[in-house]
Amino acid sequence: MTHQLLDRYEQMAVIRRTEKAAHDLFLAGKVKGTTHLASGQEAVAVGASAALRADDYVFATYRGHHHALARGASPAACLAELMSRSTGLCRGKGGSMHLTKADAGMLGSYAIVGSHLPMAVGAAWSAAYRGTGQVAVAFFGDGATNIGAFHEALNLAAVWRLPVLFVCENNLYMEYTPIGSVTPVPNPAADRAGSYALPSELIDGNDVEVVEDAVRTAADRARAGEGPTVIEARTYRHHGHSRTDPATYRPADEVEEWLARDPLLLARARLAELGVPEGKVDAADERAERLVKEAVAEAEAAPGADPADALTDVWADGGATWRS
Amino acid sequence: MAELVTYRESVAEGIAREMRRDRDVVCLGEDIGAAGGVFKTAVGLFDEFGPERVRDTPISEQAIVGAAMGAAMTGLRPVAEIMFSDFLACCWDYLANEIPKVRYMTGGQLGVPLVVRTANGGGLGFGAQHSQAVENWAFTVPGLKVVAPSTPSDVVGLMAAAIRSDDPVVFFEHKGLFAAKGEPAPPDHVLELGRAATVRRGDDVTLVALAWTVPMAMAAAEELAREGISAEVIDLRSLVPLDAAAVLESVGRTSRLVIVEENPYQGGWGATVASIVADEGFESLDAPVRRVAAECVPLPFADALEDVVLPSVDKVTAAVQALAAY
Repeated sequence: MTHQLLDRYEQMAVIRRTEKAAHDLFLAGKVKGTTHLASGQEAVAVGASAALRADDYVFATYRGHHHALARGASPAACLAELMSRSTGLCRGKGGSMHLTKADAGMLGSYAIVGSHLPMAVGAAWSAAYRGTGQVAVAFFGDGATNIGAFHEALNLAAVWRLPVLFVCENNLYMEYTPIGSVTPVPNPAADRAGSYALPSELIDGNDVEVVEDAVRTAADRARAGEGPTVIEARTYRHHGHSRTDPATYRPADEVEEWLARDPLLLARARLAELGVPEGKVDAADERAERLVKEAVAEAEAAPGADPADALTDVWADGGATWRS
Repeated sequence: MAELVTYRESVAEGIAREMRRDRDVVCLGEDIGAAGGVFKTAVGLFDEFGPERVRDTPISEQAIVGAAMGAAMTGLRPVAEIMFSDFLACCWDYLANEIPKVRYMTGGQLGVPLVVRTANGGGLGFGAQHSQAVENWAFTVPGLKVVAPSTPSDVVGLMAAAIRSDDPVVFFEHKGLFAAKGEPAPPDHVLELGRAATVRRGDDVTLVALAWTVPMAMAAAEELAREGISAEVIDLRSLVPLDAAAVLESVGRTSRLVIVEENPYQGGWGATVASIVADEGFESLDAPVRRVAAECVPLPFADALEDVVLPSVDKVTAAVQALAAY
């Protein structure tokens, strides 16, 4: 199985470098608006994707670059979207917070906290109704566990016993405020699952193998008709909440502790343990480096968003006409 | 002549016709299963199509509309019921931020072919949180189609069009019309969204109405006819798409326009209709455009107060009479 872990490692390395490129391009004035980087949380996306079928449905948040990439969006198409290029995933109409790759089952990134949990429930209902054996997964942050849609979604999914996974990426902070200071239970997602008679797993979200195992087990249960699972993956973001946040509110020793548990470092150590030669891991890093470098060049060279696109895609006929 | 049917029965009939022809059509909402809906607009659906296609939900408006959205994005054509239109505010995120935007912000990758049905409007003494006409809320959001029928037959024809539409549709059923009777819809009745109906021909003034204000405008037209004023009545039937051409054509002949809307004057849909006519039909006008709308207060409970706030036949006739002076 070592080659599989090496693949996961390489995917995480690609995501890490794509996020770094997004950060650098922002500082260079080539990405506008804001970005919410997921550096440090790659193992959740890569581990989960590895456990899912190609036709399963994934819903992500505004911190969703890693999920789009893990489901098969190219770094070039993601970066082109961030750079307002017509070759972007959403042709420049979505931006960083709305990366979507529907043809890979990645059904969008939603920037209203918690809004996509009911959507995942609906996608799971649809899959169950059509009898396809697909599952739906909603990835969300710890902050989403205090919004109504989280609770409505868990309840409905539980009573309808739907094939849906609720995967919380608990990175300990909502935006600037620790989740623990506004939540009466220590594990904001896992501890609530019991209220809806749902099983929950509290896992190390920085260990890609642990994530993959937990998601596979939950997906198998869902496909077998045994209903939803809540997975709370503890992880940490290497950056602030968004571009403008230097994250000075986090204690230095906490940051240090988590940086030492960087998912890429953990995977590297595990690969060494399994006897994979270091050179092979370095080669994966080099391939990732090259791929993202080429992606940046490709995105930079792409044409800008087409002004004609501003008035398309409101309706199914492709247009925006609302009156005669 | 066929036996008359109610507006209420026609809602269930319209949904049932679509469920018979397309297995992807499914319903969800509070009390819509064995109970048949609190307004009895889903009677018979549960018995005919079963619990897999007609699903009772908890009182969770976000989950209802959010799940409908997820199902619509993945191959189904859900029909979600929000019991009273006032409760749309409980799931407004989905109607303002999610459903109307997802096609656009994904660059056309995803669509949301769903219908959100809801009982709208006042006149029944339900008080401030169960009586509002909120079609203007939906009308402010680019990306939603907005439908509000006034007759049983139109309910069926517009329901078919709404369910078959690949775009999201908010379908306002008027509480004050549920008991109203009319001709049943013919077989395979499908109307086009965005096509107004001229329900009375006239020469002197155009009355533009929607849903509950259509019979009101018709009654006013009857009264005005006795005074020698010939009023044309247009039932818009849908606000998005808006049949502006029908309004402009009519005003081109009558030269006078009164818009009869149930939502508050402040931000009401009639303001958009008036602005279109001011902009594109100015040459035709012989008098100011008048809007008969609800007063800008919460809906009161007592009849004597509600009557003051809502539009009425008398208010419409008075508005028209005032224009006759021009």
